[in-house]
Amino acid sequence: MTKKPSLYFSASQVTMVRLVWMTVAAILALMIIFPLLWMTSISFKTAQDAFSPTLLPASPTFGNFTYVITEVPFVRYMANSLFVSATVTVVALFFHSMAGYALARLRFPGRELIFLAIFSTLLVSLPVIIVPLFIIVRAMGMLNTYAGIIVPSIFNAFGIFLLRQYYLSLPREIEEAAVIDGAGYWRIYWSVILPLSKPILAALAILFFLANWNAFLWPLTVASDQDLWVVQVGIANFKSEYSAAWNYMMAASTIVAIPTLVLFLIFQRQIMDSIKTSGLK
Amino acid sequence: MARVDIDNVVKRYGTVQVVHGVSTAIEDGEFVILVGPSGCGKSTLLRMIAGLEHVSGGTVSIDGEVVNDVAPKDRNIAMVFQNYALYPHMTVAQNMAFSLKLAGVSRQEMQAKVGNAARTLGLETLLDRFPGQLSGGQRQRVAMGRAIVRDPEVFLFDEPLSNLDAKLRVQMRAEIKALHQRLKTTTIYVTHDQVEAMTMADRIVVMRDGIIEQVGTPLDLYDTPANLFVAGFLGSPTMNFIEGRIEGGRFLNDDGVSIAAPGGLPEAPVIAGIRPNLVGLADKGSPFEVLVVEPTGAETQLVLQAGKTQLVALVQGRVALQPGASVGITFDPAGLHLFDRRTGTRLPQMSPS
Ligand SMILES: Nc1ncnc2c1ncn2[C@@H]1O[C@H](COP(=O)(O)OP(=O)(O)O)[C@@H](O)[C@H]1O
Ligand SMILES: [Mg+2]
Repeated sequence: MTKKPSLYFSASQVTMVRLVWMTVAAILALMIIFPLLWMTSISFKTAQDAFSPTLLPASPTFGNFTYVITEVPFVRYMANSLFVSATVTVVALFFHSMAGYALARLRFPGRELIFLAIFSTLLVSLPVIIVPLFIIVRAMGMLNTYAGIIVPSIFNAFGIFLLRQYYLSLPREIEEAAVIDGAGYWRIYWSVILPLSKPILAALAILFFLANWNAFLWPLTVASDQDLWVVQVGIANFKSEYSAAWNYMMAASTIVAIPTLVLFLIFQRQIMDSIKTSGLK
Repeated sequence: MARVDIDNVVKRYGTVQVVHGVSTAIEDGEFVILVGPSGCGKSTLLRMIAGLEHVSGGTVSIDGEVVNDVAPKDRNIAMVFQNYALYPHMTVAQNMAFSLKLAGVSRQEMQAKVGNAARTLGLETLLDRFPGQLSGGQRQRVAMGRAIVRDPEVFLFDEPLSNLDAKLRVQMRAEIKALHQRLKTTTIYVTHDQVEAMTMADRIVVMRDGIIEQVGTPLDLYDTPANLFVAGFLGSPTMNFIEGRIEGGRFLNDDGVSIAAPGGLPEAPVIAGIRPNLVGLADKGSPFEVLVVEPTGAETQLVLQAGKTQLVALVQGRVALQPGASVGITFDPAGLHLFDRRTGTRLPQMSPS
């Protein structure tokens, strides 16, 4: 929407269009926010109350939260999730930025082919490869280990792709200046490229962290040992064990959602930037 | 300090050859400018000297030693780029110190060298700023500072002023020249701007389409251009070219131009070149029609036409002429350049001056 007066539409028409767009946006926002509100609402309701159709709990209670935190090793699940997400994020960014840089700048035979191969994995989703992946991880003896949860999550074509595009957009002259100043590849990567990638690395870090924080299928598959459960597996477990403990599930989900909401509020701008730079949505 | 020898240097990108075997020598302490239209291979040649591009054929030598396979950092060169290429995340001081840090220079020495360079370039108060907080001219100075601290044997500049506005460009031109006077470091400077070349260079290398057209001092090239290209490229306003023939010891054309030519030339079709400032107005000259009058105050530029011949004349002072008026034109025979019409090369003639 431009600030300049349009040549083709009158001011009232522009206002109309704007109103329509805002209404559409408001409806979409409501559709996304409503489940969150519902979740929060249920988490304060008692078990009997859980299915009552009111948004405000009749007799609000903290009992669900107390139960989730004290009666179930939920803190342990949180710690697992935190450890797994943080490790994957740090290790992935380190390798992805190196891979992205190499694919953008180093000349070696087969570079385009390798990039294409990496890129094509974007077309394959986890459920498709989960059985062979499981077999490989089992063969490597990593079932029921942190490594088993972490290592397969590190590779991510999206991160490599995004970083490669970003590095292609950096002016080459800066690296050439560094070459003349006497820097080798490693030094250029470490002292010039990495500092320049801070904004995009921050954005990717958030995306990776959130993705792993919310990961469910793979951690469920690879770790049956309850000590290794991550939060999403823990939440899902309320369903099987207590058939319909919706009030507990929602309380747990609310707790789990808090870090992601906080992250989003703090890093809103970087997240938007990363979505814009990638040209993807 | 060092001399640079370029011997039959070729550059190919895949199957496309862009530099076709050029040879030239840059003497110790000399300020040489590579000039030519955009895309003629100046940057490519400079980058081969820097070691940023692989040399496809021939040799580049610095100080008598072939450096084709020597890494850029070991060539004892420093380069200033068109877009400054400063490290955005480092302060001015860190930018200048980066190469010293990599070379393992001690802290005190580093500070001394950076301080010296900053003083030379008037950057003392900016040392803690980041490049993003500097103006274009200041950035370019930092880029030069980064080159100076290395105390190189050869400075390489690739169009360092083309991102600056006209006024700043004139000022930086003088600063770079003064810097060279003081440091006396061998300098190779690339530009597409013939004014920069004329005003700054000890010697100019004119390039076109990957070959060297002519090498010489600015005034040599101005006075005796080897061919039509060099004649038209150097000097502003551009030299006038008039098609005609040599006949009876004179240059003649069908539109009434007649200029005394040096003796001993065969009668043949030629192109005459004459600089606009050597075209004069006189009542009994060849008749021309005035098309455009452009007064600039001190001098007046006229565009003139007779038949198919169009000329630019640059006359001192002001003239009371309107477009459409008729005027007589004379040519200073001492300023007449003659070129073969087929090959475009300068015709051998006795130097008139
Ligand atoms: N990396 C490259 N790959 C292929 N062709 C190139 C490359 N770099 C430059 N060229 C070509 O080489 C020629 C000379 O380029 P350059 O040296 O940059 O010209 P300039 O005189 O303007 O500095 C141009 O035609 C350009 O298209
Ligand atoms: Mg260039």
